[in-house]
Formats: sequence, C-alpha cells, structure tokens
Amino acid sequence: MNRPGSFFLAAALASLFATAPARAQDKLEIFSWWAGDEGPALKALIDLYSKKYPNIQVINSTVTGGSGVNARAVLKTRMLGGDPPDSFQVHAGQELIGTWVVANRMEDLSDLFKSEGWMAQFPKGLIALLSARNGIWSVPVNIHRSNVMWYVPANLKKWGVSPPKTLDEFMATCKTLQGKGVQHPLALGENWTYNHLWESVALGVLGPEDWTALWTGKLKFNDPKAVKVWATFGQVLEFANPDASGLSWQQATDRMLKGTAAFNVMGDWAAGYMATTLKLKPGEGFGWEASPGTGGVFMMLSDSFGLPKGVKHRDAALKWLRELGSKEGQDTFNPLKGSIAARLDSDLSKYNAYLQSAAKDWKTNKVVGSLAHGAVAPEAFASQFGTVMEIFLASKNAEAAANAAQAIADQVGLGK
Amino acid sequence: MRWRKHTNQITGFLVVLPSIVLVAVFVYGFIGRALWASLTDWGKDPSQALALNPVTRFIGLQNYRELFTGFIDGRFRQDMVSTVFFTVFFLAGCLLFGLLLAILIDHKPRGEALFRGVFLFPFALSFVVTGTIWRWLLQPGGGVNQLPTLVGLRPATFEWLTSRQQVWRFDWNDLPVIIGLLAAATLAAVAVVARRAGRRRRAIGFALGSAAVLGLAVGVAPGWRPLPFPELHGFNLAFIGIVVAAVWQMAGYTMALYLAGLTGIPEELREAAVVEGANEWQLYTRIILPLMAPITLSAMIVLGHISLKIFDLVFAMAGPDNAWTDVPALLMFITTFRGNQFAKGAAIGVILLVLVAMIIVPYLRSQLRKGVRE
Repeated sequence: MNRPGSFFLAAALASLFATAPARAQDKLEIFSWWAGDEGPALKALIDLYSKKYPNIQVINSTVTGGSGVNARAVLKTRMLGGDPPDSFQVHAGQELIGTWVVANRMEDLSDLFKSEGWMAQFPKGLIALLSARNGIWSVPVNIHRSNVMWYVPANLKKWGVSPPKTLDEFMATCKTLQGKGVQHPLALGENWTYNHLWESVALGVLGPEDWTALWTGKLKFNDPKAVKVWATFGQVLEFANPDASGLSWQQATDRMLKGTAAFNVMGDWAAGYMATTLKLKPGEGFGWEASPGTGGVFMMLSDSFGLPKGVKHRDAALKWLRELGSKEGQDTFNPLKGSIAARLDSDLSKYNAYLQSAAKDWKTNKVVGSLAHGAVAPEAFASQFGTVMEIFLASKNAEAAANAAQAIADQVGLGK
Repeated sequence: MRWRKHTNQITGFLVVLPSIVLVAVFVYGFIGRALWASLTDWGKDPSQALALNPVTRFIGLQNYRELFTGFIDGRFRQDMVSTVFFTVFFLAGCLLFGLLLAILIDHKPRGEALFRGVFLFPFALSFVVTGTIWRWLLQPGGGVNQLPTLVGLRPATFEWLTSRQQVWRFDWNDLPVIIGLLAAATLAAVAVVARRAGRRRRAIGFALGSAAVLGLAVGVAPGWRPLPFPELHGFNLAFIGIVVAAVWQMAGYTMALYLAGLTGIPEELREAAVVEGANEWQLYTRIILPLMAPITLSAMIVLGHISLKIFDLVFAMAGPDNAWTDVPALLMFITTFRGNQFAKGAAIGVILLVLVAMIIVPYLRSQLRKGVRE
C-alpha cells in the first residue's frame, strides 16, 4: 500500500468512527405503507417534525401495497431479524396487539398518554381498543370509517330511488334499479373489498352488540344469527358486478360515479379519492349514508404508530409519537389524508363537508372495530378469513362458511 | 517435501472452500432450518410467533397432516391440484410451441435471425413484466376479449383470471385411488416399452409391479379416505390465462433448446433419409424427434421446476389473494408472513422442495453417472 492511500484510508476510518455516534443520534426511521395518494399527508407530518427538530434526519421507509399487506411482511422479517424501525405504522387494535404486543415486542405508552393529557383527548372506546395487558400500545393518528355506502345523488334522482337505510330496503331498491336497466347496482372490487362488504353486511344483520360479541368469542360463528350473515351476504352479492375481482377499489368506485352501478360500499378513504383525486364536491358529486342497517354505528379503523422495544433512536421516536398525538399533528395530517382526527378537539374548519359529517358521527355514534382492517381480529384470523370467503363464494353455502370461520376462530383462539 | 506433491489439490480445495462453506450454510443449512421449523408449532401460539426468541415445541408431522387432511386447509389441497394441472399444460404448451417454432426456423425462412430474436425475446423479460402485460390484456372488458370485434364479431365474455369456473372435478378422498391408477398405468407403459425393446425380464418385472399397484389402488386405497367429508377439487379455468402468459414467456426458450439440437443433427443423416425415400413427415417423426429426446427431457426438467416454484408471474397477474389462481408458493408466503403461521408455511415450502427434488434428483443422478462413464 502506498502512503497517501493508507493515509486517506486511515482518515476515512477515523472520520467514520468520529461521526458515527453523533449521526446515529440524529436519525429517526419511520416505517409505513403511506405512499402514492397518501404520500403527501405523511410528508406534511415529516415536514412538521423536521421544522421542530431540524437536526434529526428522518428516514421515511415506505413499502407500498393497499392496507399494508406488503409492508407488514417486510416489517415481520425486520423484526424477526432484530432490526426494528424506530416507529412503525400499524392498524390500531388486534393487528398490533395480537401480533406484536402478545409477542412482547412493544413498549407500553401509558406514561406518554398520561403526560400528554391524551387520556381525555381521545375517546374512551378508542383507548380501550389500543389497550391490552394493562398498557396502551400505540398512538392513533387518524380515524377512518368502514361502513359507508356511496352514491351519486343526481343519478339516484334520475332513477327515482332514495338511498336505502336497511338491508331489506337495499334489496328492494336494487331490484327496482335492475328493472330500470342498472344490471349490477352494487359496484364491488377485488378480493379484500369482499371482506370489506361482508363486515358492513354483518354489522347490519347483527347490530353492534352481537358484532362485538363475535370477536370476544361470546357469539359463535356457527350460531344461527351469524350463519344468517352469510345468507344475507349471498343475497347482497347477487346485485354486484360479476367481474369484481379484476377491479381495484378505485375502479369499483368509478363504476358508481359513471352510473353503471348505483352504490358502492367502501371505507371513507373513497371520499378522499373522490374529493381530492377526482375533484368532486362532497354532497353534490357524491353522496353518502351509513351502509344499510348500520345507521348510528361507526365501524372504525385507525392507523397508529407504536414504539418497538430495542430501537436505535428511542428519543427521536418518542418526539415523533408526541407530534402524532398532538392537535397540530393530527390537523396537519388528516385533511390531506382524507380522514378525521382521532382527537375530539380537532379544528373542523380545516376539513371538507364529508369529513365534518364523519367527525360528528364519530363523537355521537356507537363505535365498533373493523375486521377487514385489523381492529377486531388478530392477523392469524384475518388472513385466513379470505379462505372462508372463498369457501363461501365457491359453494354459496352459508353453513359451510360459518363452520370454517368457527374452525379458524378455534384454531387461533379468538377472544382469548 | 511431500506436501508439495499435493499443492494442486490443496490450492484446489482452498479455492472451492468458500463456496462449499457458503452453500453448506446458505443452502443446506437453511433447508435444514426450514425442515426443522416445519416440525414445530412455531406460529400456533401468537405470543411466540414473533417473539424475539420464539420458544417452539416439536410436534412431528402435525403440520403436514393438517395440510393434507385438515378442515381449513382446503386451499392448500386445491393449490396442489392447480399446480399439477398448471405444470402439465405449461410443459405441453412450451414443448409444442417451442418445437414448432424451432422447426419453422430450421427451415431457414427469410429473416430467420429476426424471427429467432422475436421468439426468444419474451424470455428476456422478467415474469413480473410478463404478468403485468398479460394482466392488462386479460381484463374481462378489454384486450384479448375485444379481439373478435376486429372481424365484426361480438366481444368475448370469458372472464380469464377472475373466472370461478372449475372443470374435471374430483373428490380429494378419491385421490389415493387416482394416484394408484396413474402409477399402475405408468408402470404398465414402462413394461410395454421394455417389451418392445426386447428386454423381457425387465418387462415382466414392471408388468408385475403394475398389477400389484393396480391391486392396491382398487382393493386397499378406496378404504383410505383422508377427509371425513367430500371435498371437490379440479382445474380452475382462471389458470388458462396464466398458462398462456407462461407459455408465451418460455416457448422461445424451449425453441432455442430445440434449435441447438436441430443444428446438431448431421446433414448426412437427413440426406440419407431423403435418399431412402422418407418424406418430410417421416423425416421428423422417425429421425429427428427421437434424436431430440434428451433435449425434450432437459427442457421438461428446466420448465418443470420453474412451474412448480412459480410465484412472481401469478403474483403480478392475479395478486396474492385470488384463490382461483393460487399456487403453493403464494400460499406459503401468505401463510407465513400474513398469517404468522411460520411452521405451516415452512411445511408448504418443504413440500415444494420435495416436489422439485423428485424432478431434479433423478436427472442429476443420471447426469452424474454419464459423467463418470465418460
């Protein structure tokens, strides 16, 4: 080795050692599936954070894929490999608790909730959903509603029907519409949207008490009441487009907007899509109603961030969580994301007409959790629920589907 | 000095050593690890599934038993059936089109080099690209279904990847009988071939074996029913689209294999055949195809293991959640990384490994033997 070369190498090594610890402290890695349409909302949050803490470099690790399907797989390999990100996005509820909290991989955030005064700022029902084993495990950023039925007011007027409030009304309205040439009045998309529709139908058939009982194990899936959910679901599917599994949820929503279908049951991120991406005016370009039979109930899901044990930049991560739970953080993020704040004191003037109406319902309605989006069932159940759905779609046999669901519930110890 | 004599061997060994170590750890080590994981209950207890140091218990073959006979693992069984059908059609399609294209090009049409490039080109794409293109083409409302409108017909209505139709259905409980009959038929075929080749003792041996398996299939197997309830499986028509895309991608590769073989056939052989009065058809069926047999075998092995392991093409074309186009490799991914059932996922992986080994190992053995003989 020649001398200048060795000198540079030594210098480089020295600088590496000199700067490494200092730099390591000034970083924060956040892991999420917010990219694409949801990217700007996350960026606004990161910008806010960088403004407050200019010397902390934020590493934004996103893995795209609807509802976090791919992100969760990557996260698991990282966690198993002992390389947790400083803070990661996770659906509030069982997706977090059933996978990470029971495995003892998360830090309890109760003290943070108390010191920030969040116990009074977040609704009690939501805190209950985030709690298990005498701890609170993640900070909710936003609230989405799952049980919403979308329509175009002008189209319904043209067809001379009004938005149905109960499942029976829904079937009757769809029959009327079929008579008027709308062959498939309900627009449905790819596989997970079946699960999404199912939970709205199930809530409509069972009501909030029995729906919750299903997840605590008090109501069995093969109970006649729960079997009826599948039968009703089958009747609802009769009105859906047969090519559903080839469509994304946006394409399904498009069909409703174009008037080839009348209704679309989708979470209220659809409002974000219609208002922000398609520039439609809430209330005119599109209308909404709680999905049939679920009026007065708010089926919620929430994105939240938790703090894994053994992270590299714990202080920076705590600052991040503090920002997420703050009024400023939530009101920066949610209008862009198209969701409402989890806090009860958010500044509603920043939100559009749909979100204002959702925020009102959030404060007054009965709150239950979503299955398709990780709130009420652990992943082991939720991921196998697709198999149950396939059994039903292949056989159209409500009993068989109900029995399969109960078998999986037993296998994963649901509600225990 | 004595060791100098062995310098060559020692350097040789040292040069290969890193690769031996790497293969031992990263291939065989991990196969062993997956095998071990598949015999444990890793994932059954959620509090251990993703713990930093999961505590797992040895439960023997229970995961395998559940996969083949458990109530809620019907999806795995359908995936196995789908894989078999997919492999058969994919192999047949690739070999047929590959051979046809090779023969066409072997006739040296004008622009031969261009055509060769065109046919081989899809092979250069990744399965993900192929899958995305064909996903668009096979949308029920567009692409391929609109083709008939070019000649004034109505657009086709086949739903391709989203079809839920299933044909050739059979009960999973009949599987032992079906496998027995297939095995008997295979042995009988080997016997007939041996008889034709004049190897009588071999022929008699295989014929007896065939009869014995047939007896087992008819006499014993019907009494062995894996499931307490009937469960129908069959060929999902949604796979047609996947087969088309896969054949489109790999037929060019098969053509290249055959083309290499065709150019290797000495011109004298062809001339001799023509002099003897063989027509074109006889030339191909009697002379050229038999000479192509080793190439067909290698093509089948290469394509066969691709088809058993197929993941990316299906993922890109139909997504991981479309149960009608599901394959075991996808199910392994979903079971492991979504359902947190690590042990069961490992079991599916091991089953796939065994299937691929059943194709590869006999081939490798025959190749090794050949190598020793030469």
